[in-house]
Amino acid sequence: MSDTLATAAGAAGLTGLAELRRVAIVPALNEERALPGLIDELRAFDPGLDVVVVDDGSVDRTAAVAAAKGALVLRLPFNLGIGGAVQTGFRFAYEHGYDLAVRVDGDGQHDPGQLALVMAPVLRGDADIAVGSRFAAAGPGYRSSRTRRVGIRLLAWVVSRIVGQRVTDTTSGFQALNREGIALFARDYPHDYPEVEATVMVFRHRLRLTEVPVSMRERGGGRSSITALRSIYYMVKVLLAIFVGLFRRNVVPQEDSL
Amino acid sequence: MTPLAVSIAGAIASFTLVLVVLELIRSHRLRERYALLWLLTGLTLTGLSAWRDGLNTIAGWVGVRGYPPAVLFAVGILFILAVLLHYSTVISRLSDQNTLLAQRLALLEQEVRVGATDVR
Repeated sequence: MSDTLATAAGAAGLTGLAELRRVAIVPALNEERALPGLIDELRAFDPGLDVVVVDDGSVDRTAAVAAAKGALVLRLPFNLGIGGAVQTGFRFAYEHGYDLAVRVDGDGQHDPGQLALVMAPVLRGDADIAVGSRFAAAGPGYRSSRTRRVGIRLLAWVVSRIVGQRVTDTTSGFQALNREGIALFARDYPHDYPEVEATVMVFRHRLRLTEVPVSMRERGGGRSSITALRSIYYMVKVLLAIFVGLFRRNVVPQEDSL
Repeated sequence: MTPLAVSIAGAIASFTLVLVVLELIRSHRLRERYALLWLLTGLTLTGLSAWRDGLNTIAGWVGVRGYPPAVLFAVGILFILAVLLHYSTVISRLSDQNTLLAQRLALLEQEVRVGATDVR
């Protein structure tokens, strides 16, 4: 299959990629240590990939380090949280007419070497959004705290029931999107802990979402934005949002409201 | 003992609060983040109103002898204080961010003006 080819050959193995305007959206909060290596890896994977680092109010040299590596830097004046930061990237991608966007977290846990896997379904036209899942296949397994794993599983179960398709990893930010996906998230994107609600949103707007098995790396530096107590708060918040969202007509603001 | 009418009125009023909050979230007028405290308030008061024995027991614990529904007031006031305090922290953060935005805008505007004259 072309998938396996793509893994080995990086971006060169992906047909149709060269004609597309493509961008990597990299949300980063205090990631001066992980970013330079990550940007190099993105370039090594695909030299034609524009890299946009969204600096979410870092207090270290995140923005300077990224700019020195030749990335475009969107510097937020204060911390918006991951949802607001990522949406800044999607708005940039939308307004600058990109055809394909990938989201790669600035902490280095997403391996640019696996981008070919994540991009493939979108390039083939099989999906509007492809998500790299840690749980889609039996593998070395994802190591995390037990509470976190239980939370992730529970959310995956709830979301799967709602959208009527098996979804294994609703918290993964390792994604590739086509123009439709970019347009949707540029218009409307959840706050705080956005991926779960975003997954439900994607289905409600009748876009096609596909999961791709990936493995994630240990974080390259910085610290996770989600601590133990917060994850409980997020859990309640996200479940509430999903529940209330069920009673919502899927109307989002039109494009001209951007 | 709590009068039955008080329990019914209290339960209806607090449950209405819950419904109103849910509707506000649904219509995008209230963010989940700010709704959680309100929901907790509504659900707690609904619970205390409907669970009459519980209200009496709690009244006994805190030394309210004559009129158990006084506990409802106390709990309600406590939650309102919590919501207000939460809002004070939110307003403080917003006003800090507003200052920062105004400053960034002023700096940007100056840069844009300089850029415009350079071109000419």
